[in-house]
Amino acid sequence: MLRIFLVALATLFIVAPAQAHPHVWVTMRTELVYAPDGRITGIRHAWSFDDMFSTFAIQGLDSKEKGKFSREELAPLAKVNVESLKEFDYFTYATADGTKVALTDPTSDYWLDYNDQVLTLNFTLPLKSPVKAKELKIEIYDPTIFVDFSFDKQNPARLVGAPKCKLDVQLPREMTFAEGKKLSEIPADEKNTTMAWGAQFANKLLVHCP
Amino acid sequence: MTQVPRLRLTQYVLLVACILLFVAAIDCVFAQPFGVTRGPAPPEVGGFTGWILAKQAEFYRTLSGLIRAAKADGSAAYTLLGISFLYGIFHAAGPGHGKAVISSYLVANDETWRRGIVLSFASAILQAFTAVAVVGIAAALLGATAKAMGNTVRVIEIVSYALIMLIGLRLLWVKGRAFLRLLREELQAKHPHGHEHHHHAHDHDHGHDHHHAHGHDHGHGHGHDNHHHAHGHDHHHGHAHSHDHDHEDDASAWGHAHAPEPQGLTGKHWLRRGLAAIIAVGLRPCSGAIIVLVFALAQGLFWIGVASTFVMGLGTAITVAAIATLAVGARGLADRFAKARPGAGMLLLRGLETAAALVIVFFGAALLTGYMVSERLLGV
Repeated sequence: MLRIFLVALATLFIVAPAQAHPHVWVTMRTELVYAPDGRITGIRHAWSFDDMFSTFAIQGLDSKEKGKFSREELAPLAKVNVESLKEFDYFTYATADGTKVALTDPTSDYWLDYNDQVLTLNFTLPLKSPVKAKELKIEIYDPTIFVDFSFDKQNPARLVGAPKCKLDVQLPREMTFAEGKKLSEIPADEKNTTMAWGAQFANKLLVHCP
Repeated sequence: MTQVPRLRLTQYVLLVACILLFVAAIDCVFAQPFGVTRGPAPPEVGGFTGWILAKQAEFYRTLSGLIRAAKADGSAAYTLLGISFLYGIFHAAGPGHGKAVISSYLVANDETWRRGIVLSFASAILQAFTAVAVVGIAAALLGATAKAMGNTVRVIEIVSYALIMLIGLRLLWVKGRAFLRLLREELQAKHPHGHEHHHHAHDHDHGHDHHHAHGHDHGHGHGHDNHHHAHGHDHHHGHAHSHDHDHEDDASAWGHAHAPEPQGLTGKHWLRRGLAAIIAVGLRPCSGAIIVLVFALAQGLFWIGVASTFVMGLGTAITVAAIATLAVGARGLADRFAKARPGAGMLLLRGLETAAALVIVFFGAALLTGYMVSERLLGV
């Protein structure tokens, strides 16, 4: 009996990180920036928050004109946003030909816009060292799903300065029953496997270069 | 013990374990497919989680439009309240520590379903109240920023999580000891129980020491009891007795019951004891409610937001109460079994209580250490 409960507790723990509800919806437009030599140098995000969260985020902020905010007025908030995102790895995960690519903190040219009651965060994540890859994969997701990410319908993503490369945008797919079952059989001591699995269901950008 | 009862024991254990697992760890059952899936369309895995999640997201996202509509047309406010109610119901059905902690608490403390419902409602209403208080004071009165509110929530969060862990540790101390004591006795059960345990058909009656120890423990519990008329007779049938007695242990352990009261349904005692659980679970406001309130405030409709928040709380309470009732039902099943087979049954019961206490401790610890991220007001 005790064993049953220990297993139960272990199960509780393995899934524990997934404790949240989406309360923030982000619509993304993402650009992958390449150097002239064909190496990718960075990921440029533009994340638009849903109207409720946008309103919440600007609560109590001062502005010259009521209901309008300049980039300067939003700068402190942008700073907090970007700094808090560090803890979550900017929700962005990249691999080049199957190996993990390290991203650094955003460049200092990040900013927030407020248009039509929607707050948009713009920031660029440089690669620690630019890479040339036959297959580049960028995934954006929140393992805790407090934030629900989806690509913009019209302009989900584009390549900037990448010659002869092909971009595919993959939307999250639904998990099959078999996968759900397999997932439930992952041993309790493998803490990070949920993350690895999660990646399969992320918003995904695939770039194939010759 | 013959083979047949053993089989039945196993079955009972499995059944009760399953139900409890379902209840106390409903998140774990459902969170798995859900936790690893991202994107706008939640998965259809097993149907249920995906559906719950899709629904609650759908309701939540209509709230902003309805609040805006309520500004122009008062009747939209009714729709808003209806959707808020549904949102509350669905929101609580998704992952979240509240109902797991409440359920485990009920199981560990052997509370009735009535009390479970009261605890569920009280904590849900308190949760709505904290959200309104935070936004009302911080945003509406003081014009605080979202960041300031986020910080406030974080402080409340730490207090709430610490309280959860304390409740768990307290219960673990009481229930765990009772469990270990019983386990020790059961392991020595080849020896007789001079203690009127009729069910041990093979008693040889050696009159072992540990029985005296056992007796002392009970005596201790009752010793503080100035009016134990309710269960004075318990000494004659061992198990019901040790059962009641745990309440006193708890109560005096909590320190706010110097004179333990009778365990009657009408006693205020359990409510006072449950207060800690209500506060631990209800203190932390729901991020969703805070966002909705701030949004309503920005539209100049704060009171509509307040009404929406309380109706959400009502919806949440219904779901949590339903799950709590399930937990109490599972516990009742275990109780029934324990009465039929006092030896192993009591062991199971104490084991359940200890496990439930452990669940609370782990929830508290995981939340406190940030291993389990409840809800974080991201970047504000």
